[in-house]
Amino acid sequence: MIELCTFRVGPLFLGIEVARVQEVLRHLPIVRVPLAAPAIRGLINLRGQIVTAIDLRRRLGLADTPPASPANVVVRTPHGPVSLVADDVGEVLGVSDEDFAPPPETLRGPSRALYRGAYKLPGELLLHLVVDEVVRVPQ
Amino acid sequence: MSDNADIVAEFLVESHENVERIERELVALESNPEDATTLASIFRSVHTIKGTCGFLGFARLEKLAHAAENLLSLVRDEELEYVPAIAEGLLAMVDAVKGALATIEASGSEGGETHAALVAHLEAMSRGAPAPAPAPRAPAPAPAPPPSGAIADTSVRVDVVLLDKLMNLVGELVLTRNQVLQLTANQPSSTLLAAIQRLNVITADLQEGVMKTRMLPIEQVFAKLPRLVRDVAAACGKDVRIQIDGAATELDRTLIEAIRDPLTHLVRNAIDHGVEDPGVRRARGKPPQATVSVRAYHAAGHVNIEIADDGNGIDSEKIRRKAVAHGLMSVDAAGAMGERELLSLIFLPGFSTAAEVTAVSGRGVGMDVVRTNIERIGGTVDVDTAAGRGTTFRVRIPLTLAIIPALIVASGGARYAIPQASLVELVRAPADRLESFHGARVYRLRGRLLPIVDLRAVLGDAPGDAPESVNIIVLQTQEQPFGLLVDEIQDTAEIVVKPLSAHFRSIGAFSGATVLGDGGVALILDVAGVAAAAGAVGDVARRATAPAPAAVPVPAPVDDEALLLCRGASGGVVAIPLSGVHRLAQIPVAAIERTGDEEVVQYHGAILPLRRLSTLLGEVDAGDAGDRLDVVLAGQVGVVVSEILDIVQCPAKVERRSPRPGVVGSLVVKGRVTELLDLGELLGTARPRLGVAA
Repeated sequence: MIELCTFRVGPLFLGIEVARVQEVLRHLPIVRVPLAAPAIRGLINLRGQIVTAIDLRRRLGLADTPPASPANVVVRTPHGPVSLVADDVGEVLGVSDEDFAPPPETLRGPSRALYRGAYKLPGELLLHLVVDEVVRVPQ
Repeated sequence: MSDNADIVAEFLVESHENVERIERELVALESNPEDATTLASIFRSVHTIKGTCGFLGFARLEKLAHAAENLLSLVRDEELEYVPAIAEGLLAMVDAVKGALATIEASGSEGGETHAALVAHLEAMSRGAPAPAPAPRAPAPAPAPPPSGAIADTSVRVDVVLLDKLMNLVGELVLTRNQVLQLTANQPSSTLLAAIQRLNVITADLQEGVMKTRMLPIEQVFAKLPRLVRDVAAACGKDVRIQIDGAATELDRTLIEAIRDPLTHLVRNAIDHGVEDPGVRRARGKPPQATVSVRAYHAAGHVNIEIADDGNGIDSEKIRRKAVAHGLMSVDAAGAMGERELLSLIFLPGFSTAAEVTAVSGRGVGMDVVRTNIERIGGTVDVDTAAGRGTTFRVRIPLTLAIIPALIVASGGARYAIPQASLVELVRAPADRLESFHGARVYRLRGRLLPIVDLRAVLGDAPGDAPESVNIIVLQTQEQPFGLLVDEIQDTAEIVVKPLSAHFRSIGAFSGATVLGDGGVALILDVAGVAAAAGAVGDVARRATAPAPAAVPVPAPVDDEALLLCRGASGGVVAIPLSGVHRLAQIPVAAIERTGDEEVVQYHGAILPLRRLSTLLGEVDAGDAGDRLDVVLAGQVGVVVSEILDIVQCPAKVERRSPRPGVVGSLVVKGRVTELLDLGELLGTARPRLGVAA
């Protein structure tokens, strides 16, 4: 039984370990960084600390139509906090190991490494993201 | 056992200081062997090390220190003369102690090193003394170290981590103060204004005070130079004296660390390349002993360090020949270069004028590293030379890195900070005063042609509306000044430099980021990186890290438009306005994946839909010729073309309009009829499923 902080990006229902989430913030202006990789949304000012914001839509290869007020899911990484920009944040869900399934064989390419697997919730799959892979944006 | 660990830590700190002092004094003693005070001081320091080692049970180190102490006592009692061999032996002892301290620091114990050979050597030298009539006295019980002076009583050791934390907090406080100042700018309440005024003053004082705590005298670096000069001169067979001035000049401790290597290298170079052998000097009518002088002083918010030698100077003809021989430039180009330009070539990678490689220098890996290291901390280095009379290197570095004065500008809807250290002047000029030099924009500044770089173009932003007048920021780089065009000059501010995360490491244009007074984030421009990206510096000096020039759109002259020329499937040439192009890329054919009937490729961690130009134009695709495809990135779509040919500046004047969707018409470029495409319309007609980014 682990607890996942859940959020939505496009059609995907995603979760990461609660312990990795530092905080969730909305309405933060994001300053674009020219010449950066497309998946980098920009920089945010987190109480004086400058934090990189990663556009989860682009990172996960989804359509580029961000919602009006995206949410910043600030996660802890060994190199300091990083914000994952999601469409909307859901609640913290307790999930159990018996519902877990690894990624299917048909999911190939670099995307595969982004997921630890999925929890089979009633009516929906909760995809468990590997935070350290998601924040490692190729340049 | 933590008590013991504390004591050992204390011992290490103390012993490091002692060893440094002994080293300095041993070298000083060589030039003045009669100096009893220095000798006594060395003796005391060695004795202290010996005593503490005995107390802590570091028996081998104790034995080594004991042997050195014996030898020193004989010298002190004038039973032995302080000859170079003894100095050599004692310096070897210093090195051995340093090594042992490092081992203790790393492992907590002395390790396996017994120093037996060195101890035997020191003892042999002690025995080598002619025995005087009365039997040599046993070493007198050394006087206890005198109570430390006033400084020790009024100073405390503070962990650097704590200081760094304080510095960060003060940085935050400065930002918060700036925010408060902005929020209350229109406040009528006089009591509030008075309180804010006080907050302002106190913050400024606090900032200055904390910055001072991080300041260290440059002596930390200079102290090692006498030994270095002695060793290097001996290795090169030269007689060199070092003169040090301004050792008390203070600068930030992070900078002390950063200049240590460049400075050492410059001094080493001065001895190895700069000064002549004693014989040659005599023949030239110079004193046989050469002088290398190192001077530090504060000026204009910077620390200046000069390293000067009285050697033969740098032969610019030799540099010229070398530059041609290395294929860095043609004979004609080299011939046209002035003295200063030639001199600046010595900072290029792989450039060394030493006739042969010695152990000390001549490998050509030095000066470029020196310059890179100094520029990394926002400093500059340049060189002056006078034939037959010597060479002077001037290093100029900021006092502190953490907080810098900067100019805040706006470009392409975002704000950027430009460090004032690189700022020469601001010019506002009517837009029509910018002239075109074969497509490259220049501005006549007091009779000189200043290359103009448009910040929007460098950063890949779309060009703005043509304004009536332009803001030119004249910036100094190593090679030459250039003018940076920005939309607006906003303000000057003290900014706290924050590093960028690894995600941005490959972008050369930014050196960090900062939080502005209103809480917004601004990127700090790396002036050298911007110049390199725009090609505003000379070809030979362009940094290896500069992005491929094709990725950076050339700033368009006023009436001309930058066009990307590509070959289509049918072999015809098409032109795409560069303003709609975000990037050019080469993608291996093998990387193309299919989702449904769509071709996609993974690019920078995102999925990039591909469109074949031939398909978009309703032509037949010729298939993939090579194993790599040229791709033009527009928005979030990649357009596959047969070949990317060139980027040209020309009037985008269409001769004949075309009825085909996505084709504006045809025009003549470089003598060829070329179809001008409207990429937006073209992609709109075959709208990819994932949508085009705005």
